[in-house]
Amino acid sequence: MKVATHTFDSIIIGGGGAGLRAALELGQSGLNVAVISKVFPTRSHTVSAQGGINAALGNAEADDDWRWHMYDTVVGADFLGDQDAIEYMCENAPQTIYELEHMGMPFSRRNDGKIYQRAFGGATRNFGKEQAHRTCCVADRTGHAMLHTLYQQNIAAKTKFFNEWFAVDLVRSGSDIAGVTAISIETGEVVFFKARATILATGGAGRIYQSTTNAHINTGDGFGMTLRAGLPLQDMEFWQFHPTGIYGAGILVTEGVRGEGGYLINKNGERYMERYAPHLKDLSCRDVVSRCSAIEIREGRGCGPKSDHVLLKLDHLSEDIIKARLPGIRELAITFAGVDPTRDPIPVVPTCHYLMGGIPTNIHGQTLNITTDGHDHVVAGLYAAGECACVSVHGANRLGANSLLDLVVFGRASGLHVKQNIAEGHLPFHEPAPTDIETALTRLNRWDTNAKGESVGVIRTELQKIMQDDFGVFRTADHMKEGFIKLEELHDRLQYACIKDKSQCFNTARIEALELDNLMATAIATAYLADARTESRGAHSRYDYPDRDDKNWLKHSLYFNDGRIGFRLVNTHPRLMEPIKLKEREH
Amino acid sequence: MRFSIYRYNPGTDAKPYMQEFDIDTTEHNCHMLLDALLAIKDHYDETLTLRRSCREGVCGSDGMNINGKNGLACTTHLSNLKEPVVIRPLPGLPVIRDLTVDMTQFYEQYEKAKPYLQNHNPAPAKERLQSPEEREKLDGLYECILCACCTTSCPSFWWNPDKFMGPAALLQAYRFIVDSRDTEKEARLADLTGPFSLFRCRGIMNCVDVCPKSLNPTKAINHIKELMLEESV
Repeated sequence: MKVATHTFDSIIIGGGGAGLRAALELGQSGLNVAVISKVFPTRSHTVSAQGGINAALGNAEADDDWRWHMYDTVVGADFLGDQDAIEYMCENAPQTIYELEHMGMPFSRRNDGKIYQRAFGGATRNFGKEQAHRTCCVADRTGHAMLHTLYQQNIAAKTKFFNEWFAVDLVRSGSDIAGVTAISIETGEVVFFKARATILATGGAGRIYQSTTNAHINTGDGFGMTLRAGLPLQDMEFWQFHPTGIYGAGILVTEGVRGEGGYLINKNGERYMERYAPHLKDLSCRDVVSRCSAIEIREGRGCGPKSDHVLLKLDHLSEDIIKARLPGIRELAITFAGVDPTRDPIPVVPTCHYLMGGIPTNIHGQTLNITTDGHDHVVAGLYAAGECACVSVHGANRLGANSLLDLVVFGRASGLHVKQNIAEGHLPFHEPAPTDIETALTRLNRWDTNAKGESVGVIRTELQKIMQDDFGVFRTADHMKEGFIKLEELHDRLQYACIKDKSQCFNTARIEALELDNLMATAIATAYLADARTESRGAHSRYDYPDRDDKNWLKHSLYFNDGRIGFRLVNTHPRLMEPIKLKEREH
Repeated sequence: MRFSIYRYNPGTDAKPYMQEFDIDTTEHNCHMLLDALLAIKDHYDETLTLRRSCREGVCGSDGMNINGKNGLACTTHLSNLKEPVVIRPLPGLPVIRDLTVDMTQFYEQYEKAKPYLQNHNPAPAKERLQSPEEREKLDGLYECILCACCTTSCPSFWWNPDKFMGPAALLQAYRFIVDSRDTEKEARLADLTGPFSLFRCRGIMNCVDVCPKSLNPTKAINHIKELMLEESV
């Protein structure tokens, strides 16, 4: 197939928070930059983030310190986060927030006119002491406000957008990345986008699970592309289950509800987090709260006729607080749970929410491979930022309100690094052979030619069920082995699946098929690494290995497409701080 | 439950037609209209074409005309709908395929509103201060999700989609006019003078009636008019 080539200094795949922040950094510097997004940018999943974004501004507590934020993040990550990256993120957080504010982001305010900051899970003062108020927010619509502000700034910067274009695969040139192939959803036109730097900002993959807070579009496109390019994914076993997804619907209810004073109760009306975690209670880290809720349900103290959920109570908060600070939650609870939270508690259940793992990168967003002797090796021409990246600031468990921060800090860092390296002549174009471009269109051709077979819907439904049943909040070798066999079988069936819609005009069946390849790749990477890690750490909880095993498992795990597993050291060398030492976490 | 859905693929269909689907919404565990449309796509006809993303009413992808009224499929309860449920694309914009419309004109009008903060004073080292009262003026404005339900329900937009900015764009124009941090209020107001950009609004208020976020573009448009009067005094 002969395809046209579009050439840019940099292309960014994904129009969410990380992609738009990177685009802004590059677009404002006069470089020739394009964003490829499978949806119009404000439809990206960043829009659904609710509770806020962490930064030690010191507005609520004047002496707040980014070092305390760093400590919380390292401990919350169950020590699997890279301390150089966490330090970079927390130190740069205030500057990043001020930039967003100057761009026009409509933060909620305090009476003194400064940005309002609320309490959030795992946030402490003085290295683990009292609860901190460090989470900046726009009521409970922080992601929406951030995404729209960034898009608006990109309009002002005249950024070039290819909206409703779907990236098919990375194009390799030897071991370097030359760009990406992409298809216009509206017309079916296929183009090779050639760039000095390709930045993946493709977000998460929560749709591998049956029940998820994630949007339909969160299909792990960057993960599939990375694996098929022969590059590894890191820490894919670490999926965060958010304690408060609306029962039945999976819709997120922000931790900000608990930050404003809400709490969880079981069928006896008991505030059970006081029993499990007397210090931080309902504002313990998400992995802890989700496990406690799962235990309550398993031990028969769940609510409802099936005892299969718990309740989030906030009717004791004043109506003014709910209307001013949590208006979106009220709307969601009424629509999706049929309850008005000013009067009745919201039925909730731990729900797949966020992937801590992803494409390994350094703090500049450069993607990493490992050499045969185990050393990091920068992949020329490829960057990643946001949820798709694993830099790793979240380790084994992400703190609430650190993901929006991750997006803007490392979207910005990637942009800065690309900008500087292009200026210094370090980012040349790579010339792929025509066969390299053809290779990056293999799966598109497969879906276009497969004429008979199972449907995408059938395979996707089975995939989601396997992941939900066998790779959920608690895991065991038996379940995972069983899930594993089913997954491998499903993977084989996927190669013979087909779409009946062969139209070139806005063919969403074809896009869903291409997405299913990526979901499958993500699920298999998760299964391999979850099975391999014989310990419990952060969000990865095993019945058969209930304890953290620092002797054998204080390391990042890597998965390659050919089934190989590798490991990387966790960085414990921050630039300014003393390294934070290992300790036990509360539960 | 019976659905009657607008179908048109320019590659294969000479003209648009309505297609009926009967589906067991209980069997497919459908509560919202979007659940039912996706069940049809997954189990009956994968060629049915629509946009969707967040499925919780914040991304604005799945605006469509539902039993004659614009709304979001994902926040519309099936139990509130009369049968057959008649589903059409948003009116007033060119149809690409089935329920998918070409939003170009809508986005162009949004960009005309210069929907970004302009402040030509040097930025302070920290945040620009804004009192809770000043910030409250942005409530009911910044929450817009660009679903186009309002603008495509507006007869003034149907008649002059290239010249009348439409309620969504005007809501955003006002959002920046009243932001205490923006220094370009006069220039923004001046941009909106002339017979079309703003003054084609005839106060029909369809926009208010359909907005899935309960926003009130007509009120914002009236505020802009008041400010224009004040400024010219």
